[in-house]
Amino acid sequence: MAKGIWIIAEQRGGNLRKISYELTSEGRRLADQSGQPLAAVVVGSQIGEEAKKLIPYGPDTLYVADDPALADYTPEAYTAVLADLIKKHEPDIVLLGASAQGKELAAKLAARLETGMAQDCVSFRLENGLLIAKRPLYAGKVYAEVASETARPQMAAARPNVLAVAEPDPGRQAEIVAVPVELKPDDLRTTLVELLPDASGKVDLTEATFIVSGGRGMKTAENFQVLEELAGVIGASVGASRSAVDAGWRSHTDQVGQTGKVVCPNLYIACGISGAIQHLAGMGSSKVIVAINKDPDAPIFQKADYGIVGDLFEIVPVLKEEFKKILS
Amino acid sequence: MNILACIKQVPDTEAQIKIDSGGKGIQTADIKWVMNPYDEFGVEEALRLKEKAGGGKVTVVGLGPQRVVESLRTALAMGADEAIHIDDPAADGGDSLATARALAAAIKAVPFDLVFCGQRAVDNDNGQVGAALSELLNIPLLSVATKVDLSENKTKVRILRSVEGANWVLESTLPVLITTQKGLNEPRYASLPGIMKAKKKPLAAKKLGDLGLDPGQAGEAGSKIKILGLTPPPERKSGQMVSGETPQEKGAGLVKLLREEAKII
Repeated sequence: MAKGIWIIAEQRGGNLRKISYELTSEGRRLADQSGQPLAAVVVGSQIGEEAKKLIPYGPDTLYVADDPALADYTPEAYTAVLADLIKKHEPDIVLLGASAQGKELAAKLAARLETGMAQDCVSFRLENGLLIAKRPLYAGKVYAEVASETARPQMAAARPNVLAVAEPDPGRQAEIVAVPVELKPDDLRTTLVELLPDASGKVDLTEATFIVSGGRGMKTAENFQVLEELAGVIGASVGASRSAVDAGWRSHTDQVGQTGKVVCPNLYIACGISGAIQHLAGMGSSKVIVAINKDPDAPIFQKADYGIVGDLFEIVPVLKEEFKKILS
Repeated sequence: MNILACIKQVPDTEAQIKIDSGGKGIQTADIKWVMNPYDEFGVEEALRLKEKAGGGKVTVVGLGPQRVVESLRTALAMGADEAIHIDDPAADGGDSLATARALAAAIKAVPFDLVFCGQRAVDNDNGQVGAALSELLNIPLLSVATKVDLSENKTKVRILRSVEGANWVLESTLPVLITTQKGLNEPRYASLPGIMKAKKKPLAAKKLGDLGLDPGQAGEAGSKIKILGLTPPPERKSGQMVSGETPQEKGAGLVKLLREEAKII
């Protein structure tokens, strides 16, 4: 009989990423609700001390798989270590983060374990032991509740920045278990040759608290400078619509929408974006949406909490100065 | 060099998505179906690698009802050599693993050095078929590639991948499965001669039985994850237009609202 809730933490460069705390907090909530123990698994190299940072967030057991070959995430090696551990202990539920690496790892792990996996979930609930996960389809045009009724473990990957991080309890204790690591040559077929830090130093759109985004109304690549300046004042990342990316004004990594990134910042400022349905799907779950557009009939206004009909090249510089005033 | 590219047919991204009366699927009556945009990058990259190598074969594989033939013919018109259509109602409606199982059975029947899949399909957004397929074929997985470089002797491949705040260069040995991301290439349009030629290219329809699979191993019956129900996205309450005579008034009014009403900055 499978039992226990597990979360698979995520580290990069020996540092736990925020999603690890989100997963541990959510795991604790589900464990308390169902009277099950919670375990957190950390995979890396010389990661023991860093792994302990999760303890105040609630795991009863902390599994640490520590090996020089595991310093950098690679899909085969991490899948091998985790699949062996999961087969040995048979947890009932395994949660990962739906980050860049987590989406891949969760999918590979689920296939190896021959179980189902709910990708990129925004909430979880338990019903008689069944993990019911809510996830967007069509980039958020509809939402599905999904579950794995018979296959175990029940697996899901949680969208980053959606689950709340609980207040840490410094009094908590956890049993720390070292995981034996045995890797076969096949597990090491993929290597990380180079890690190039993003030179821009800006926060990825999927992790950004504020986003200023531009569309066809920007007219040129150079004009994005006005958005960059506003973004600089409020600490936002700059996004773009598909039209702006296809016109070559911005990199494809900046694209928000159904064929780009799905984002959920606290504030999304859409400048010169008419609001094609595939764009609205990608940013529709932002907490507050502002639209600035010349056309009062632009569909983007139907999604916006606050709209300004006007010329973005006149409005955005005003916003920059006004934000400067309140933030200084 | 034998290269496979998997394609899925999905609703056009401009499509309105409405929930059907059963509550677990979408209304398909007015949907325009297209090749999944991420899969197009895979087909294009396969063609470019073949052209660069000066030979080889590109085979496209698709799963789904009769309409999928249209997307397979599109890939053939772009330049793919052959197509395999897994055309069996028992293979439809599967979760990622069940779908990958059917694709894997079709792919194992042909020689391959490289397999391409879109990094995700823009309908169910699962992003799992490529990873599951790499498991079932027991080959390494390189995900979400925006650049693919094959080594001179064609034994290794390097990809560039963008992750949160960084870029990774990853290397694997062949055979390998690569999932493709926007930015990798600009897919070509099918030329008129290409479309004419495509009509004569081999397109093999396969039932699950032809692939050595039982109905229970693929499609809905072979799925672990089930959709319990669909709901529309949460309604956004109607917003307000920020009034003002001048850009200055409107801009200042908005910042005040964000500060005092929305309280987010």
